[in-house]
Amino acid sequence: MLEAHSISKSFGSFKALQEVSLVVPKQSVFGLLGPNGAGKTTLIRIINQITMPDSGHVLLDGVPLKPDHIRFIGYLPEERGLYKSMKVGEQAIYLAQLKGLSKSDAKAQIKYWFDRLEIGHWWDKKVQELSKGMAQKIQFVVTVLHRPKLLIFDEPFSGFDPINAQLIREEIMNLRDQGATVIFSTHRMESVEEMCDHIALMNKSKKILDGNLLDIKRAYQSKIFRVGIKSEDKALAWQTLEDSFGATPMVFKSIHDEVQCHVHLPDQMTPNDLFMQLSQLGQINHFVQEVPTANDIFIQSIHQNEASL
Amino acid sequence: MNHLGLILVREYLNKIRNKSFIIMTFMSPLLMVGVIGLVTYLSGLNNDNERHIKILDESGYFGHLFEDQDQITFELLQAMDLDQAKGITQAAQDYGLLYIPKVNEISDLSREIYFFSEDSPSLGVMTQIERIVQRQANALAINQAGMDAQAIRNLYFEVRPQLETFKGQETSKLGSGLKLIFGGAAGYLLFMFIIIYGNMIMRSVIEEKTSRIIEVIISSVKPAELLLGKIFGTTLAGITQFAIWVILVGVLGTVMSQVLGVEVPSGTDVAVQQSAALAQSNELPAQILTEIFQLPMTNLVVMFFLFFIGGYLLYASLYAAIGAAVDSETDTQQFMIPIIMPLIIAVYVGVFTVIEDPHGTVSQVFSFIPLTSPVVMLMRIPFGVPLWEQIVSVVLLFTTFIITVWFAAKIYRVGILMYGKKPSYKELLKWLKY
Repeated sequence: MLEAHSISKSFGSFKALQEVSLVVPKQSVFGLLGPNGAGKTTLIRIINQITMPDSGHVLLDGVPLKPDHIRFIGYLPEERGLYKSMKVGEQAIYLAQLKGLSKSDAKAQIKYWFDRLEIGHWWDKKVQELSKGMAQKIQFVVTVLHRPKLLIFDEPFSGFDPINAQLIREEIMNLRDQGATVIFSTHRMESVEEMCDHIALMNKSKKILDGNLLDIKRAYQSKIFRVGIKSEDKALAWQTLEDSFGATPMVFKSIHDEVQCHVHLPDQMTPNDLFMQLSQLGQINHFVQEVPTANDIFIQSIHQNEASL
Repeated sequence: MNHLGLILVREYLNKIRNKSFIIMTFMSPLLMVGVIGLVTYLSGLNNDNERHIKILDESGYFGHLFEDQDQITFELLQAMDLDQAKGITQAAQDYGLLYIPKVNEISDLSREIYFFSEDSPSLGVMTQIERIVQRQANALAINQAGMDAQAIRNLYFEVRPQLETFKGQETSKLGSGLKLIFGGAAGYLLFMFIIIYGNMIMRSVIEEKTSRIIEVIISSVKPAELLLGKIFGTTLAGITQFAIWVILVGVLGTVMSQVLGVEVPSGTDVAVQQSAALAQSNELPAQILTEIFQLPMTNLVVMFFLFFIGGYLLYASLYAAIGAAVDSETDTQQFMIPIIMPLIIAVYVGVFTVIEDPHGTVSQVFSFIPLTSPVVMLMRIPFGVPLWEQIVSVVLLFTTFIITVWFAAKIYRVGILMYGKKPSYKELLKWLKY
């Protein structure tokens, strides 16, 4: 759907992007992650043709970006607002027309979305009378009005209460199911976990990691297991665990009174072997492989990246 | 509809629906006519009280010369001394008493005449009295010296050279004055338009930034389209407002003058109307009309529109460029002076140099520089400027306008990446390279 090939961009002496390449598969939800100042927004602006890259190029459906492409893209920037003194309906029509919709077409679409989000009665209100959350909903509608093939959201959930955030999340997934491709940039790892199937991680103007989220998790999976054993003689069990498996104590929530620890799977063993051996110490209530969350991967790879610089 | 049209219409509607804009549109003429009316009314009030002045003329030369006027009546006192006269005047609560004593030498009068009154008399009244006494006293003095006053007066005459160009066109000082009024009015109108609506354009360019909608807009339209749309939309709103002003001031002024029974000059379209009005009341109406018709009318009107539109658009685009460079209105101050300066220089050059020497080097140079040409060239044209000079100047003007918009659009695009930073001139230059 979207390919970026070794994009570089600098502002004066400051390098905002260095040789960044990305491939966003069709109908995926693509998470663009990275700490503040990593270059995410600059990359998004290049995709939106707000700024031009110094070198490299972007392909949309295999065609280099051209001005006409804006009508296929819906962009909800992080810095977002609406004309304060304009009425909601008028404003939505205006913005849709700028994206190439005819007036009647725009009206029909707006009506559909306003009804769907139950905000039809806002039509004649001025934006300055709306709350921040209400304005955010309108901004969302305006972003998707012209049925774009590519949706780009920069921190879409900031400013929403949990209920509306959920509503918007469902609408985004819905659009994806209907064929849209979604890029979204966020710091909120729980929404990444929940929604994204591909991610790219950026730090200090470079891409440091990208791919399918599950693949990445698999690559980052560890040989560490979280173990909880209910044992008659706790001291003895602990002694054995420490001596034979180099276990480190840890605490997690459990309804049992048990020995809790992290156990590192020895190289020559399979998880089954480990389980067998541990079961001799008592009743095993927990035996879980530690799979990194997106958050862990984020923090870990940023730290690694910083250390290697 | 294309983007430019959409933006233009939105800007226009947004402006004219704005409450403060509507209030300004309808209040300004009311205020203007109201103030003029009030001033006229008040000064009328003041003049209403009639003034009675008593005169005691012991010399016998002056008394008969004082004739009653609109607001002043005179009464000649006979056969009494000064103290009596004072008493009568005071008792009658009259405005004052003019006392002219009997003198041997006419020249003694210069310090012997008195005017007695309750408090210090008004300047207007004293000037009138002085003039009457002075004239008569001078005539008397001349006659006394054995000369004929009337004969001397006849010896004074005015010198008025007849002006004619080599092409045989008759001109006159009056014509030069008219040309000046034409050019001056055009320059003044442009100046006013720029000052009033330039700021409006600047604010409208900042609007997207303060409302933070800028990124959404700029991902849909080109900055140049946005800026052009804003300039044209705001200009149309300005023209609408100006038209309403002219109409309202006209109507209100007429009503007001009917009510108060005074002539209220409407402050707009000064040149033509005033000179026409002048023509009716003046002693030389025919001459003025001929002078007006002698001006290169077609040329003047066409060039007026071209230079007015071009000049306005150029300055509007400069204001837009400022708006593009800053985040909020408070940051605009440092950029204002460079805009106002050329405008002021243009008016100065127009008023002082063009009149002295319409085709001198200074006038010529400034009528080509785009920032000053609208004012200076408009003032030069009535004096006759070769067509090629006019065309070159207009082309330069519009080219500069387009370059400025392009420049502003460039700044605008880069400016969005720099939230909350006050740009310096140096940085603006750097932005152009991005």
